[in-house]
Amino acid sequence: MAEITGYRRPHWGTQPSYLHPTYGSSQRRSPTKPLVVLPHTLSEVTGPLFGHDDVGPNDNDLTRQHAGDPIGERMILTGRVLDENSRPVPFTLIELWQSNAAGRYRHKVDQHEAPLDPNFTGGGRTLTDADGRYRFVTIKPGAYPWRNHHNAWRPAHIHLSLFGPSFLTRLVTQMYFPGDPLLPFDPIFNAIPDPIARDRLIAAFDWENTTPEHALGYRFDIVLRGRDATPMER
Amino acid sequence: MSLRATGSQTVGPYFHLGFSWLYVDKLAGPGMSGERVTIEGRVLDGDGKPVGDAMIEIWQADAHGRYAHPGDEHDKPLEPGFKGFGRVATDENGVFRLATIKPGRAPGPGGQPQAPHVVVSVFMRGLLKHLVTRIYFPDEPSNADDPVLNLVEPPRRSTLIAKTVAGSEGLLEWNVILQGEGETVFFDV
Repeated sequence: MAEITGYRRPHWGTQPSYLHPTYGSSQRRSPTKPLVVLPHTLSEVTGPLFGHDDVGPNDNDLTRQHAGDPIGERMILTGRVLDENSRPVPFTLIELWQSNAAGRYRHKVDQHEAPLDPNFTGGGRTLTDADGRYRFVTIKPGAYPWRNHHNAWRPAHIHLSLFGPSFLTRLVTQMYFPGDPLLPFDPIFNAIPDPIARDRLIAAFDWENTTPEHALGYRFDIVLRGRDATPMER
Repeated sequence: MSLRATGSQTVGPYFHLGFSWLYVDKLAGPGMSGERVTIEGRVLDGDGKPVGDAMIEIWQADAHGRYAHPGDEHDKPLEPGFKGFGRVATDENGVFRLATIKPGRAPGPGGQPQAPHVVVSVFMRGLLKHLVTRIYFPDEPSNADDPVLNLVEPPRRSTLIAKTVAGSEGLLEWNVILQGEGETVFFDV
């Protein structure tokens, strides 16, 4: 049978542990027994694929989902999706969700005392192009309190979800904003052990994509797991 | 040149905003070959409390053991229209339900066929990175020889095998226990 090329294990420090005690919810939701190391089989090196039929033409513009304009700082988020071998990941689905400019999610569970914006839902999606590039238009989300610890406020962030080419490349992450004073206090951000890996979760202000009288630009590149050089399965 | 992978972060409690457009709880269309099964279960935390804000994604082969992916180059028929992807959120009682077909046997290490199985990702608030596990099927003789099940210490294997629900037709129970007694086996992939 054909040999299977597995995927590289994540580099030390780039990924959080399941248990991060200062993030309260992780304490009763992280596994306590050691994980079983799994050889990569055809089941893992394949994974769901999505195409242009799955995504609508305006699904990447969160400012055009309602009759009026949402309130807040309009922003254009662009970036590239690459793998660890520096190859672009083309035609992969990126899903995005976030709070509105006041730091409130359009969700029944979110009872934060900040206004809902009738013109902002906070969900979008797109596919990367042939060069792995993506683009969203949205509103900068606000910080919000979350009761994890005394005076806990989440730094402004945008949730991003990617599939990549396999079950193993699945990634859900959060993008943060440069210069946010809340970052040093945030246990979720700080759960990434390596400070360099942590800083890669912070987008760059992007003057080139900042458009006059319209929107600020931010750039956020995302790196998915890369394949091993040697076949794992014989 | 090599880059380092972007770090994982929790989906948080409000993931429906990004994910609900692609909820898929019925994987098999009419006329598709294979044994119909419904997998139902609960997600429970370390206090035994239901997790009402979890999301489960599954990926599986069709009834012939073939994945709808170009990486599967095996000389087997691909069931037309079978995508093999499912995504559901738990309800306030921690319950999820997926209607699908029992997959065929896909190849594993050394060319040895794997027992029929579904691969699973579990996401929720509190999980900084998603958990990976598998669902196997009850009364399946090939479970005994499965190369992945055999990596698991015998007393814990049952956490990966769905249970037949007595008196039902094609209903299987499979739970995600995050901690403690009966803790589900999760994989480091």
